[in-house]
Amino acid sequence: MELTKTEEEALDGKHGKTLQIAYRILSAIGKATDAEKLVPISWAHLSGVNYNTIGDAGEEFLSELSEHARFKVRTTVNPMGFDLDTVSKYGLEDKFIKKQQSIQNSYERMGALPSFSCIPYEIFNLPDKGTHVAFGESNAAIYANSVANLITNRESAFSALASAITGKSPYSDLRKDGSQDPSLTIHMKVNEKDELAFGLLGYFAGKVADTSVTISGVKEVDMRSCKSLCAGLGTSGTCGKFIFGEKEGETIDFDKKEMQETKDELNTTDKGDIITLGSPQLGLKELSDLSNMLKGRKFTKRCMIFCPRAAQEQARKLGYTNEIQHAGGEILSDCCICLTPLIDKKNVDDVITNSVKGAYYLKNTNQVDVNLKPLKSIVEENTK
Amino acid sequence: MTIKIIVKGKVEGEVMVSKNPINFLGEVDKKTGKVLDERHDLFGKSIGGKILVFPFGVGSSVGAYTIYSLKANSCAPKAMICKKPDITVASGCALANIPLVIAQKEYDSLVDGKKIFLDAESGQIL
Repeated sequence: MELTKTEEEALDGKHGKTLQIAYRILSAIGKATDAEKLVPISWAHLSGVNYNTIGDAGEEFLSELSEHARFKVRTTVNPMGFDLDTVSKYGLEDKFIKKQQSIQNSYERMGALPSFSCIPYEIFNLPDKGTHVAFGESNAAIYANSVANLITNRESAFSALASAITGKSPYSDLRKDGSQDPSLTIHMKVNEKDELAFGLLGYFAGKVADTSVTISGVKEVDMRSCKSLCAGLGTSGTCGKFIFGEKEGETIDFDKKEMQETKDELNTTDKGDIITLGSPQLGLKELSDLSNMLKGRKFTKRCMIFCPRAAQEQARKLGYTNEIQHAGGEILSDCCICLTPLIDKKNVDDVITNSVKGAYYLKNTNQVDVNLKPLKSIVEENTK
Repeated sequence: MTIKIIVKGKVEGEVMVSKNPINFLGEVDKKTGKVLDERHDLFGKSIGGKILVFPFGVGSSVGAYTIYSLKANSCAPKAMICKKPDITVASGCALANIPLVIAQKEYDSLVDGKKIFLDAESGQIL
């Protein structure tokens, strides 16, 4: 990768340790992806905020980094481990709370907006079509490329951080013109096209697709299914973009059989102690839909609902949160299902969710069993 | 040369081959280096101190922090050899200073337990 004289100096440490670290990361990625140069990006979205995901080593690294590093572009951040307003109800260890707050402080000191959301595309104004961004949250990167007309690679937590500090990213993979043409098509043959089907389709496609994939047999999807597709696709592989189109090139069918096999991999039980909704977090429209579904009903078990703080505040003004809470739903901001410390296998054996991504992380890291169901069935079966 | 150097270094060690790609966040315990996912072919094994050979990294972008944490907790692989580059593994190894190369022709000759010398400066596996 060719660097300008100033970039070269930064890599050599002549402009300080912070920039040297950032350029070391960009340089490694540049080599890995055969980038010719670095290009400017106008928005970085960082993953690696939840203490459960980055641990003590991550917390210490960020604390040290934040002494000197300052973000150069608009920088938003992923969910953290809890909602400060309600954390006292969950009996988390003081150590967790302290470490999480240290991480929060480090990001804010460097200039991050305290968004704590994995759906930045639903709560911030989107830049012009074709703008390069650096999104280190897989569902957000896929959404940016596939729906929002923005350009990003599937950034890692460190590459997005390096891009926030430098305002640059290697010009490679999905950033290059013409590189977005997929060589593989997944043909959606399942008739029941609810959000769970799309999540499973995404998870299936992510395993076989390269950096991009065509999905045929689908004309349009609602926001819930679209986010579910992005999250499923992001969980299982390295694919960073989908295009709804006609069959082209090598085609693999996604029919009932494939859907069942994918579901069997993630669904480990047929019951659940509690319900979780919101991986990705629910946006305003989904909170509105949920409040409509719950009108006059009450949950028969605990239901945790994760959304961005910005969406919760709007939803409160519009009366949606009232309706959801009246039905017994617990609304949480700033955090999400994935690696949440709020669900502990000591208290919970199994969880019902409509999220394929949530199922993957609940199973692997929280080590609880998961029952996957579409939202419609969850509400029908668990409210009265 | 068919070996592409992503993060430089020289190490000697024993190869551990993973047939499956690795999602470092969901699948590897950052405190012990053990593989947690029972569906993974390395389930129950520790990747610490090995020269980890795997096709590529998948899944969560936060896996880069897991790689960094493995190093901080002294249970990181000595080096990694992949078939296909990916941003999460490249950036994690860059920050943690774990030698990383992409190998094509040599990849298939790397078998479990084999002792090798990886020269990720001149690009050779001996």
